[in-house]
Amino acid sequence: MRQRLFGRRSSVVGLVIVVTLGFIALFAPWLAPNDPTLVEPSRGFAGPSAAHWLGTDNLGRDTLSRLLFGARWSLGLVFAATLLVMSAGTGVGVVAGYFGGLLDDVLMRIVDTLLSVPSLLLGLAIVGILGPGIDSLMIGLASIWWVGYARIVRGLVLAVRERGFVDAARALGASDHRIVVRHVLPSILPTVAVLASLEMGELVLAVSGLSFLGLGAQPPTPEWGAMLNDSRTFFFTAPQLMLYPGLAISIAVLGFNLLGDGLRDALDPADASRLRKIGV
Amino acid sequence: MSAAVWLARRVAGAVVVWLLISFIAFSLGSLAPGDPAQIILERGSGEPPSTLQVEELRHRLGLDQPFATRYAHWLWNASHGELGTSYRTEQPVLSELRSHFPATLGLALAALAAGLLIAIPLAVVSAAARGTTFDHAARFVALAGVSVPSYWIGYLLILIFAATLRLLPVSGAGDLRHLVLPALTLGLGSAASVARMLRASLLDELGADYVRTARAKGRSPLFALIGHALRNALNPVVTVSALRFGRLLGEAVIVETVFAWPGIGQWMVASIFDRDYPAIQGFVLYIATVFILVNIAVDFSYRFLDPRVRLGAAATRAT
Repeated sequence: MRQRLFGRRSSVVGLVIVVTLGFIALFAPWLAPNDPTLVEPSRGFAGPSAAHWLGTDNLGRDTLSRLLFGARWSLGLVFAATLLVMSAGTGVGVVAGYFGGLLDDVLMRIVDTLLSVPSLLLGLAIVGILGPGIDSLMIGLASIWWVGYARIVRGLVLAVRERGFVDAARALGASDHRIVVRHVLPSILPTVAVLASLEMGELVLAVSGLSFLGLGAQPPTPEWGAMLNDSRTFFFTAPQLMLYPGLAISIAVLGFNLLGDGLRDALDPADASRLRKIGV
Repeated sequence: MSAAVWLARRVAGAVVVWLLISFIAFSLGSLAPGDPAQIILERGSGEPPSTLQVEELRHRLGLDQPFATRYAHWLWNASHGELGTSYRTEQPVLSELRSHFPATLGLALAALAAGLLIAIPLAVVSAAARGTTFDHAARFVALAGVSVPSYWIGYLLILIFAATLRLLPVSGAGDLRHLVLPALTLGLGSAASVARMLRASLLDELGADYVRTARAKGRSPLFALIGHALRNALNPVVTVSALRFGRLLGEAVIVETVFAWPGIGQWMVASIFDRDYPAIQGFVLYIATVFILVNIAVDFSYRFLDPRVRLGAAATRAT
């Protein structure tokens, strides 16, 4: 698998982008030349200079520092959301697929229901009801995004359940808990991880999109979507303020997409075709 | 399975989903912080209302009833086309939704058309010139296209075509010229993903026997590609375009905000900032109803238009 992944230039580029952004997010306080929230109105809308490489925004805050800290906020939120939806979706999918029966029917009906409305719109409604803010954003995304994982994991578990090693474990007297934890989960986790990296790009777009509408991170938080929202007012006079955060979002999503594509193709062909079939 | 039985089952399943989504939509209102009666009264007078006034309005709106009673009442009204009154505009929610939905639908359809118009030629040239610099460039552009936030493309397009070249209006609605930039903004993302898929699907078809037969009969490579392979390669594109339509409507919400397009998305965002709960609940139920009906229609047409799907299990076994 490692050779198939690293043999492709595009997946290596994706990996480099993701690792670099992760590094920036972790070490933003040491990398950023200035305080991202330090307001100096007298220096507003300054062009690039030695002190401010990318200039300053309307309040005189250093754009570069805000972008670097933005990696921390934007990617941190996406990382947390991914952990949440991945564990919730995998849990539901394993229970539905492994135990089947009435429980499976009920869970899958709930999944169908949540999929009957475009997820961004339902997320928007939930965040809207709870009121703008990062907490609402996370609740809104988490309560919807798990369904995709649940559906795919259920399919994977249904296939694994029929495999010989599960029968063998059962014949040896293993409990359901042991079979799930020791046999079923390890065999589906690689596919789930690939799905997560493919979905992370989508989540970056969702988080920044909702923040751009003013529903997620609030000013003065240097989140990329919120920065775009801040700059809308000055769009015609200072378009560069909208350029940089948009570029940052695009690069991040591109990185996750390249890496996800590469990981998917490096997977076992059967699992990869299962992901492709559902349009991932 | 006869058509009637199939349809009856499909509709029964849809009714269950509709009931569940109605429950979710209604519960959303109960999750909301703050008392609706208080919000309405404060909106009306701008001053904090007295406890007595709040109690009275709560009683009049039925808010003092238990959750189950309120839900049953709301559901009964909703199934009769009555979604309550918007706090913000004081108009019936359903008529607001009905008057804003066509603009969003028009935008999404225009975006879908723009996407296909860009994607098909791009994918055909890419597949015909496989491995060339053009192919690599086109593939990179398509991948970049799915990675860029649509609303941000919107601002770039405004900057180029409206602010600098002054060819098109910046925002608003009116004649067809107003539709160009929002439709292009929304269409570029879908063009990128359709182009990626169509290229792969074309390359698959090019290896098929019927293409080799066409070439053996003396057809030019380009004719074999466009006249023979493209028709079959478009099949998955149609399916995925139908599936992507929901995503397109979701992205339309954000793009409408950029271009001040008077659709359902802009209306929804305004409702959110005004804490207009009946509007938000109505929006969820309305969109879900539209999608459930469209999905049934799409399934139904597949079943009766495509003989492979109609024959179902028998055809699968034969292949």
